[in-house]
Amino acid sequence: MSGSQNHAEPHAEHGDHGDAHGAPHGSLRGYVTGFVLSVILTAIPFWLVMNDVLGHATLTALVIMGFAAVQIVVHMVYFLHMNSRSEGGWTMMALIFTIIIVVIALSGSLWVMFHLNANMMPSDMHRM
Amino acid sequence: MEKAAAQVQVSNGAPTFYVTEEEHEHSGGSTMLGFWIYLMSDCLVFAVLFATFGVLGRNYAAGPSGADLFDLRLVAVNTGLLLLSSITYGFAMLAMDKGRQAAMQAWLVVTGLFGLGFIAIELYEFAHLIHEGATPMRSAFLSSFFTLVGTHGLHVTFGLIWLVVLMRQVARRGLIEANCRRLMCLSMFWHFLDIVWIGVFTFVYLMGVLK
Repeated sequence: MSGSQNHAEPHAEHGDHGDAHGAPHGSLRGYVTGFVLSVILTAIPFWLVMNDVLGHATLTALVIMGFAAVQIVVHMVYFLHMNSRSEGGWTMMALIFTIIIVVIALSGSLWVMFHLNANMMPSDMHRM
Repeated sequence: MEKAAAQVQVSNGAPTFYVTEEEHEHSGGSTMLGFWIYLMSDCLVFAVLFATFGVLGRNYAAGPSGADLFDLRLVAVNTGLLLLSSITYGFAMLAMDKGRQAAMQAWLVVTGLFGLGFIAIELYEFAHLIHEGATPMRSAFLSSFFTLVGTHGLHVTFGLIWLVVLMRQVARRGLIEANCRRLMCLSMFWHFLDIVWIGVFTFVYLMGVLK
């Protein structure tokens, strides 16, 4: 914030620096493509669950998780304009790091707590 | 930072330890990356809440389950509203790029209305659940449900407040560089919330209804 006052000097020489104005915002075609894909990728899981199309809960769960993963990528690409070049690749690095942490947190929690539940079940039953 | 810059300017001729070029970056060049890193940290917050829901989501304590409570048509409407608000925000960004302030403000109003509709339906759903006795205190499932979905709703609410503030800023000062930067930050925030909602409707609502 402190830099906003002393920014009167021209910065024409680094106009292609990819700052606030240089960042890609996408195009109308990009947004519409992303929107249409998202609507399809949202509608199919709702249809599968609401009408019980597949008739198998585990299979349905796996399929809608697949659709969610694809839709997240679609949003990343078409709405957030993720690519490996923006900010010199650092946004991608931060994203990859976050994904690693998220995967560890989610799978670790589910794995540990599932086993805890399974192993502690008999003594819990006695106490009840 | 200004102190550092002043020192460099005073010590003309002497070795300088600060690269003056980097002073440019503080006026917004690194804002996008910084905001992205904030979003990633927010992503971790949601990951923890998702993990909590994943662990506790089937502990009904002999209370109602997702299949008993959730009205998927309402969730579908909400998902549609959030998706529409995402693309209208995108249209606002396109108008901003072309410098068409009135069109941009109009798209932001539409975005805000969709967001407001989303919050209204979510509050209606919460009120309905609580009225039926499915309060956060009822079971671990409902505690984690209200925490996760409520946190997302709070984010959307603050996004709406931010949206109104920025519209006021643009109305007063126009599409200056600082305002464009702020609008792009809110754009990332808004699209990010839509991505989190994909996880919510998939893992909480759709999979909650499955037996």
